[in-house]
Amino acid sequence: MNEVCFKNLDKKDSWSLAVYEASGGYSVWRKILRGELTPEQIIDELKASGLRGRGGAGFPTGLKWSFMPRNSAGQKYVVCNSDEGEPGTCKDRDILRYNPHAVIEGMAIGGFVMNATTGYNYIRGEFIEPFNRFEGALKEAYAAGLLGENISDSGVDFNLYAHLGAGAYVCGEETALLESIEGKKGQPRFKPPFPANVGLYGKPTTINNTESFASVADILSKGGKWFADLGVENSGGCKLFSVSGHVKNPANFEVSMGTPFKDLLEMAGGMRDGAKLKAVIPGGSSTPVLTADVAMAMTMDYDGIEKAGSMLGAGSVIVMDESTCMVETLTRLAHFYYDESCGQCTPCREGTGWLYRALKRITDGNGKDGDIELLLNVQDKIMGNTICALGDAAAMPVESFLRNFREEFEYYIEHGKSMVKG
Amino acid sequence: MISDQAKKQIDAWVAKYPEDRKSSAVMEALKIVQAENDNSLSAESIQDVADYLGMPGIAAAEVATFYENYNHKPVGKHVIRFCHNISCMLNGSDDLISHLEDKLGVKTGEVTKDGLISVKKVECLGACVGAPMFQIGDQYYENLTAEKIDEIVDGLK
Ligand SMILES: Cc1cc2nc3c(=O)[nH]c(=O)nc-3n(C[C@H](O)[C@H](O)[C@H](O)COP(=O)(O)O)c2cc1C
Ligand code: FES
Repeated sequence: MNEVCFKNLDKKDSWSLAVYEASGGYSVWRKILRGELTPEQIIDELKASGLRGRGGAGFPTGLKWSFMPRNSAGQKYVVCNSDEGEPGTCKDRDILRYNPHAVIEGMAIGGFVMNATTGYNYIRGEFIEPFNRFEGALKEAYAAGLLGENISDSGVDFNLYAHLGAGAYVCGEETALLESIEGKKGQPRFKPPFPANVGLYGKPTTINNTESFASVADILSKGGKWFADLGVENSGGCKLFSVSGHVKNPANFEVSMGTPFKDLLEMAGGMRDGAKLKAVIPGGSSTPVLTADVAMAMTMDYDGIEKAGSMLGAGSVIVMDESTCMVETLTRLAHFYYDESCGQCTPCREGTGWLYRALKRITDGNGKDGDIELLLNVQDKIMGNTICALGDAAAMPVESFLRNFREEFEYYIEHGKSMVKG
Repeated sequence: MISDQAKKQIDAWVAKYPEDRKSSAVMEALKIVQAENDNSLSAESIQDVADYLGMPGIAAAEVATFYENYNHKPVGKHVIRFCHNISCMLNGSDDLISHLEDKLGVKTGEVTKDGLISVKKVECLGACVGAPMFQIGDQYYENLTAEKIDEIVDGLK
């Protein structure tokens, strides 16, 4: 536990440069500045580590970095996604608060690999405390001569800035995030072209999640194999899991990929008040919900969660006990997606409204025959038909809640009240 | 009118972006100007920001209306931003929001008569392991109970 992003968590002032350096921090960056590491070596090591993007999509980080046209002329950018808006997710906040230098070093290494001399960390607007920590760490790094131009006479340039969001879930989507840094509404772009070719200000850009960047320096100092061996096949390393909901001690846990869900639940103190587990959303509100039995048999890695019928996503584990009304819970999620749809694609803009209104009608006690079919039909029409994955994110919970807990929806429609709460 | 103090703050943000990309600072510029104007933005102050950054007024207005952090009608001196998303809901945020509304005598979206406090329901603030939680100003308050809420709210001046 706590071997990478959280390894200094128990130390006083874990966010300070002194603590970071005492645990080997910036040794990789200094090696690069001395000219002892090449971009190719770094990419190979990352590929060997099995690190996959921690922002939700799980794309192999080494592969992503290799796509950047590093030898093309002109400005290139590296961008960190600290927008963290997926309901249930609160790990990047802790990385920024307790280990900001790991993000800085990871981004600097990324900048070197991709020949990008400028970086931006997009931090959600509400994260003022994490933003201040990150800014404090930037100051320390500049003062120590670790950032800037021609750093320690190495010929390497890297300037890094924090950008603040202003409250929009969709800005976590990487191209909406780029629009947002450009000072525009956060509306996702069509892909292709991909950011690696046309990104921030139209320049080649690589975007990774906070946790992905924060894992890079340790992978390079201890080796890709070391990281891969922390996890299981296809899911290298550790992962931060935010365990929230009806558990005794909700918290973020950094554990090996492949850890059984039941062990993770135990780390969180088990179910609160001895209640019985009913359902688990394993990867954040956009990932399909699972029933208790399925969850208890699942391991926490990409393949294990997929086998169980859901997705690892951002590692946001939402635990629900038997007192949970699944109809009301889904209604709240539907409201969220309805609220956060950027309005660009018709299936998402209109569909999320249809989903929310149908669910609201049901929880208001006015559900009608055919509402379940309506919900299934609308989610199916959104799925796969939008520019960005917010549409899928809105659709998947609906399909999975209805598949796993259909009788609760039927009861609510027939009786005008919750089967669970009466 | 943007004060000299605010202009200085905006300039610090502008400096982070390429020279011909001043509009990248619009989100922060709007927040800075909003903070100077009782926490809400008028059409006039949005135009002021646009002029200062050399961008069309409509482009700044689009930003000001797209993002959630901007207010376009009067709000309290303190805005209590109460998360009602899934993890907070599972931990009783709905009852606590009702408790807060009763205590203050306002509904979410309204301002107390003395103009001191308004309450807003917001989506997940990324602090789900500390649910239920709310934000006031720059500060997060986590693991809330009715008693804790009373104490925090009674301390607002
Ligand atoms: C609606 C939506 C919201 C997203 N929110 C986030 C987020 O808050 N943080 C994040 O890192 N990735 C988020 N993503 C995923 C990003 O688009 C992108 O895949 C990720 O930042 C890439 O980094 P990674 O490869 O290191 O995971 C979101 C995607 C969608 C469709
Ligand atoms: S659900 Fe309330 S902070 Fe995430």
